[in-house]
Amino acid sequence: MFEMWSFPFMQRALLAGVLVGFLSSYFGVFIVQRGLSFLGSGLAHAAFGGVALGLLLGVQPLWVALPFTVLVALAITLVRDRTHLAGDTATGIFFAVSVALGVLFLALRQRYTEDAFALLFGSILAVNAVDLWMSAGVALLALAAMPLWGRWAYATFDRDLAEADGVNVRRDDYVLSFLIAIAVVVAVKVVGIMLVAAFLVIPAAAARLVARTFFGMTLLSIAFGILSTAVGLAVSYRLDVPSGAMIIFTQAACFLLALAIRR
Amino acid sequence: MKPPAVEAEGVSVRAGEHFILEDLDFAVPEGALLCIVGPNGAGKTTLLRVFLGLAPLHRGTVRVFGAPPGKTSARRIAYVPQIKTLDRRFPSIAIELVLSGLKGRWPGPVGREERERGLAALRLVAAEHLARKPIASLSGGEMQRVYLARCLVGEPRLILLDEPVTGIDAVGEQDFYACLENYRAETRATLLIVTHDWQVASYHSSHVLVLNRRQIGFGPPAEALTENTLRRAYGHLGHMHDSLRGSGGPADV
Repeated sequence: MFEMWSFPFMQRALLAGVLVGFLSSYFGVFIVQRGLSFLGSGLAHAAFGGVALGLLLGVQPLWVALPFTVLVALAITLVRDRTHLAGDTATGIFFAVSVALGVLFLALRQRYTEDAFALLFGSILAVNAVDLWMSAGVALLALAAMPLWGRWAYATFDRDLAEADGVNVRRDDYVLSFLIAIAVVVAVKVVGIMLVAAFLVIPAAAARLVARTFFGMTLLSIAFGILSTAVGLAVSYRLDVPSGAMIIFTQAACFLLALAIRR
Repeated sequence: MKPPAVEAEGVSVRAGEHFILEDLDFAVPEGALLCIVGPNGAGKTTLLRVFLGLAPLHRGTVRVFGAPPGKTSARRIAYVPQIKTLDRRFPSIAIELVLSGLKGRWPGPVGREERERGLAALRLVAAEHLARKPIASLSGGEMQRVYLARCLVGEPRLILLDEPVTGIDAVGEQDFYACLENYRAETRATLLIVTHDWQVASYHSSHVLVLNRRQIGFGPPAEALTENTLRRAYGHLGHMHDSLRGSGGPADV
């Protein structure tokens, strides 16, 4: 049972999965409660545009995807802030433009795009030391920003009340968007562009069904995010099936369980 | 000499080309209870947002305890928004909502001392038994009491309330105003209440502002809340409470 964890590639996969599971499910509570579930998909596809640009330029794709996705996240926040457009509308626009740019960059590259395909579906078993350090760095940043949890939560409940109490909700929104963007980029390497949105949404949605408080929802979401990654990884090894998909199935099982026992 | 609790000088607020508020001039002394009355769309909520520093001015000056609104300590000002704007899908129990008014952020795990302060505030509004209830399960009246506890827990000097008793039965409304009056009597706090109820404005307030984008009337109820000002604000008076037509009411003026 435990022998699988003796392989270095499985240890790296578990560690990366746990870090990404933590990041996605922590930020996921704000995404779910603010009704921004589409944002995860939008930013993952923005990362695709950035990865494609990196491939075209012949540099490490994630180093291009990181600033590219952060810029898109900040642009979405800016459009949401300055116009009356709904968050999902702003996301939809940048989503489409990023994918179009990605397709254009890949076409300009005129070479086989295996790397891009791996990023679409993730490669948790091929996680390397750089990916791990990057995930750990982003997780540390998220931990350092933990004191903002109470302000983000307050603005999630009621922006006016938070603002009236002296919370700078606009600045906090930009910080949150920035952190979600870099969490999405590191998650893309591990779980793939197609499945990142699930990582951001399912654990938090499952936690919302059973939690009485927002703090409880946050803790439960993190627990679901981390546990489902470890369990999904182990099951995928046993059954020899794709890891990313199996992790999502485990998260979906958590959601169904929460649906069954919710008060 | 103490500055007024809130003061507006030539205040105008615009949304694009359209004036939401225009040329407001009034000052409310500390310890007063100001009722703001006017038809829908008169700019009443915007005026509260001006005093909170949330609505930018087109021109004019606003001071809260002698300072610009953003410069006044947020802890000394409490705001009770319209209950219909509340997101009941947010996972929270009542005491957390109360403590958010104390901490200026959403509470995480609640410590013993904080819990005691939250419970004490809920006790003031006879809602201690609601402390652990999810906000999604509270009735309109219960929610309003929890909001009032949230507002009182930080012992504010200025309280802004936006249509606080909408959807509450008559007894609940009386209790609500009794709690507010007690707090005001004990602390000399200043209250600004947006209301559609002329009777409340007439009998509870020390000052009334009749508003319809422009300042139609301001002063003690007997001077500001007259048939003339109400007719100018609302266009017509429709059904007017008999009590307002009686002695001291606007019809006499």
